[in-house]
Order: sequence, then C-alpha cells, then structure tokens
Amino acid sequence: MIIIGERINGMFRDIANAIRERDPRAVIEWAKKQEAMGAGYLDLNVGPAVADRVSAMKWLVEVTQEASKLPLCLDSTDYDAIEAGLEICKRPAMINSVPAIQEKMDRVFTLASKYNAEVIGLAMNEEGIPKDAESRVALAMELVANCDAYGVPIDNLYIDPLVLPCNVGQDHGPEVFETLRQIKMLSDPPPKTTVGLSNISQGTKNRELINRVFAVMAMACGLDSAIADACDEELVASIATARVVLNMDIYCDSYVDVFKSQNQ
Amino acid sequence: MAVELFKEKYRSQVREVVLGATKEEGGTRSHTLKVGGESALPFLHFEGKIPNRPLVAMEIWDIVPEEWPAGLKSFFEDVYNDPGAWAKKCVEEYGADLIAVRFKSADPDIKDASAEECIATLKKVLEAVGVPLIIYGCGKAEKDNTIIGPLAEAAEGENLLLGVAEQDNFKSVASAAMAYKHCLIAQSPIDINIAKQLNILIAEMSTPLLDRIVIDPTVASLGYGIEYSYSIMERARFGALQGDRMLAMPTIANVGHEVWSKKESFISEEEQPGWGCQEERSIGWEAATAGALLQAGMDILVMRNPKAVGLVKKLIDDMMQDNS
Repeated sequence: MIIIGERINGMFRDIANAIRERDPRAVIEWAKKQEAMGAGYLDLNVGPAVADRVSAMKWLVEVTQEASKLPLCLDSTDYDAIEAGLEICKRPAMINSVPAIQEKMDRVFTLASKYNAEVIGLAMNEEGIPKDAESRVALAMELVANCDAYGVPIDNLYIDPLVLPCNVGQDHGPEVFETLRQIKMLSDPPPKTTVGLSNISQGTKNRELINRVFAVMAMACGLDSAIADACDEELVASIATARVVLNMDIYCDSYVDVFKSQNQ
Repeated sequence: MAVELFKEKYRSQVREVVLGATKEEGGTRSHTLKVGGESALPFLHFEGKIPNRPLVAMEIWDIVPEEWPAGLKSFFEDVYNDPGAWAKKCVEEYGADLIAVRFKSADPDIKDASAEECIATLKKVLEAVGVPLIIYGCGKAEKDNTIIGPLAEAAEGENLLLGVAEQDNFKSVASAAMAYKHCLIAQSPIDINIAKQLNILIAEMSTPLLDRIVIDPTVASLGYGIEYSYSIMERARFGALQGDRMLAMPTIANVGHEVWSKKESFISEEEQPGWGCQEERSIGWEAATAGALLQAGMDILVMRNPKAVGLVKKLIDDMMQDNS
C-alpha cells in the first residue's frame, strides 16, 4: 500500500506558520522526514486559514519539490489552487479530490487529462456520504464512467469510499470494507482505492492502534493507498507486514526496511 | 479476425551487469559481456526486452580433475596440466563465452595451495584467453576467505565475477569486489528469502555493489528437485519485474557441478543396461538441465561437457530469435 504523507497541511501550526511567513524550513523538514519513512506521495494542503490559496499552493509545490523527489498530491477544494499547482509540478501529480458531482467532475477530469494527473474520487455527492456499500459503489461507478469519458486511464483514479470515525459511525466500517471489495469489480483494469486513514480514529483515545488495525484490514479488502501519518513507525511496519502476509512482497528478514526504502 | 495476443505489462526490469574489462577500462580482456536487463519473462520477446543472450561458461580446474568420469575427462586430456591451455581450448574449440576457474588446489585436504600459487594460475588463464572470467574457491569457506581477496587484488581492474558470497560469509567476497572493482556471486541455498536478504546485507556494505551482484539461487539437476529451483527462480523473476529491486539481479547456475555428481550422468551402461549409452545420457542430462534453467530465466550457465555446451548454445540461438 502506498502512503500519501499527510503532514504538510495548514491544519498543523508549524505548516500554517511556514505558509504565512513563506519560511520553507518546516515544509522541507516534513518532506524529507516523510520520504525517509516510506511515503510514496506527499499531500499538500494549504489549510483553512489562508486568504490566497492559489499563491500559497504554488509556494508549497515549489518548496516541496525542491526538497523531495516524491510525486505530490494537491489537496484542496479550490480547483484554481490545484490547477496553479499542477502547472508547476515537475512530475505527474495527484488531485485530491473530487466528489461525484457533475460540474466538479467536469472540471477535475479535464485538469487530469491536461496535466496527466491522477485523481482521488470521493464516493459522495450533493446528498453527502451514503450509509451503505451499494450507494457508495454506485457513486464510484459514476466516477469511473466520467474518468473514462474524459480519457483519463482508469488506473489513474483512486476511489475513496469515505471513512467515518469509528466512535460515531461504527456501522460504516463494514460498509467501507465491502465498498473496497466491490470497487475492484467495477472495471478492467479496476480503479485504485484510497482512504483518509486518520478519519477512522477521530475523537478516540487510542488513535494510532485504530489506524493500524483499520489499515491492514482495509488492505485485505483491496486498499491500494492511504493518506496517513508516514512517521508512525508502527503503522509503516504494519503495512509492510500486511504486504508480506498478502503475498504482495517477497519476504526477507529486513522486509520493513526494504518497504521504507523502496520509494527513495 | 486476427487474434490479439494478451501481453503482460511489467513495471520494472532486471539489472544489467557488465563482466570483464578491456584495456581502455583498466583490464586486459578482449571484450566485455553484459548479462541481465530483461523486462519480460524468458524469451517472451513480444512482451518486453531480452537485450542480452544467456551466456555459457565452461568450468576448468587448477588441478587434474581425477573425480571426473572418463567420458568427460577425455575432452580435455591434452590440457589438464595447464589451466591456460585448458581455458583456451574451451574458448577456441568449444565456444565458451566465459571461463570459470575453480581453485580446487586450495582445498586443505587436496593440496592446500597458497594464495600466491592460485594467483600464478589466474595470471596464466588471464594471459591465455580474452574472455571475462569467473573465479571460484575450493568450496571451503575458511580457506576461500584467504584466497579470494588476494586473487581479486592481483586481478584488480579485470572486473572478474567473484564466487561466492553467502549469508553467513559474505564480507570477504563483498569487500574484495568493492576494493578491487569486481562483480560477485551471491549464493543462497534454494531459498528466495535468503537470496533477497543477502543482497540487502551486501547493499548495506556498499550500495553500488547492487549493480554488480549475480545471484546463484543454487540449482538441482534434472530429476533431483529441479522443479523446486525452477519455481524459486520464477518467483524471484516475477518479483524483479514487478519492482522488487533486491531480487532484480541476473542469475548464475553451476549446472555441470550438479549434473556430474548424479549417477544418471556417470554410471556406465554395463552397470545399468536399461539406461542406455552413458555418453549420450550424460550429454542429454546436462543439456536438458541447462535448457530447463534457461526457461526459468538463468543468465549464466557454468557447464562441463563440450557436447552439451554445443547443444545449449544452439538452443540459446533459437530462443533468442525475435518472436515479437
């Protein structure tokens, strides 16, 4: 499973300060740290408090791609900010994200086609997040159909079935796993899958344990990637172990180190 | 309507390793050889690139190989006492792509030859032939650790293929390869997990060595569990093509050594009338073993019988015909 490192996000105070002061140090530090820990992508989110999202996103892209060779995942609801970032990305990037709402899909898949970008598609629409797997899968199919219509390769699409915290939306857990399984049957080749991993543990006391358990259970259902804390060593070790148990990587005694170094 | 063949797409490829060095490159070889570089399963030219043909090395010893059966020895009777002449005959008469020198004389139970004596032999072979060389010790790790380093030093710049690094004894060979710029054989006991781990251990000593490792996965001969060797190799090659960098090395097998220690190769027709002519049988046994390993992706075959070598080189010619 690919880890999309979540840490360069204006929700964190050090990154918010960095963006405000245009001081690259914290961004560089987290880019390097997440890369060293085994992240495969770096998520960039300018956060809620920024007035000019376009220039903030451009700055984050510039600073991050100086510090790391990893592909970037541009995370914003402001598609102008995403487009500004895509224009200056040196490597094909990922767009995070688009719901199954027609005018948004029109904009995002056009961008994806133009910039050869990957896309995270959310299994939700104007009515919000569905309760059951069937409705999630139906929205996933809309995303697949639009992706195909805009000529974006289906395996450049990552569907996020949307995870709710296990203390408030406990009944969503099994629905998410079922959605992950069914997404792999939607097309050939099938779309990829992703989740915002830390959502599962929002507001709970034992967040890291819940994240790790959820990650390996979801991998067994077909999860390909997750926006997650790449610096949680136990999480990375759990993912590396699940890859061995699922016969995705060939075992050797140093398999955790090999997993961490594979993107470097 | 034409049937469209389904083609598998792989995202990675086997590393390419260069053996030998010419004068311009700091050695004395007449040419260099490349192995590996495949981006598809063996000989599936239509699915990817098979840029380098598999190579056949012929094995020579630095002592008279008394234990070899008469039928095999007869090919080399005139040259046994001269490793240089033996190597030359293998290259010029039998078409060996490389020469593998086995320093049997170093065995403490045979002659316990010193590093200096081994170096003198190596120099003779280097002078006699222009092809790149593979060197093996006597097979006893403790003694081999005392000769491989000096041999590597004496042939600095020749880019030899040094044998063999094993999981519990890899440092001397890896250090010699690192210090004197040679390639090395990483040998594991028919165990893919150890094959991978050994490459990691070598890479921890020196990352650039990753591009100079040739994996010896250890093979069995036909009838002695070759299917097990085959499946290990197949799994490693799938891993390499799918992006496992720690298994993406070309491979080498001691085919002659395995085959000629099995009774099917050496027992006479008088002893086993039902088995037919010993000479034909042994050639077939060695060639068929080599052929099966080629299909599993073997890049270098170390062989003994010149007639089997001829058959295998013909097979490689045929399999390297473009089928894309």
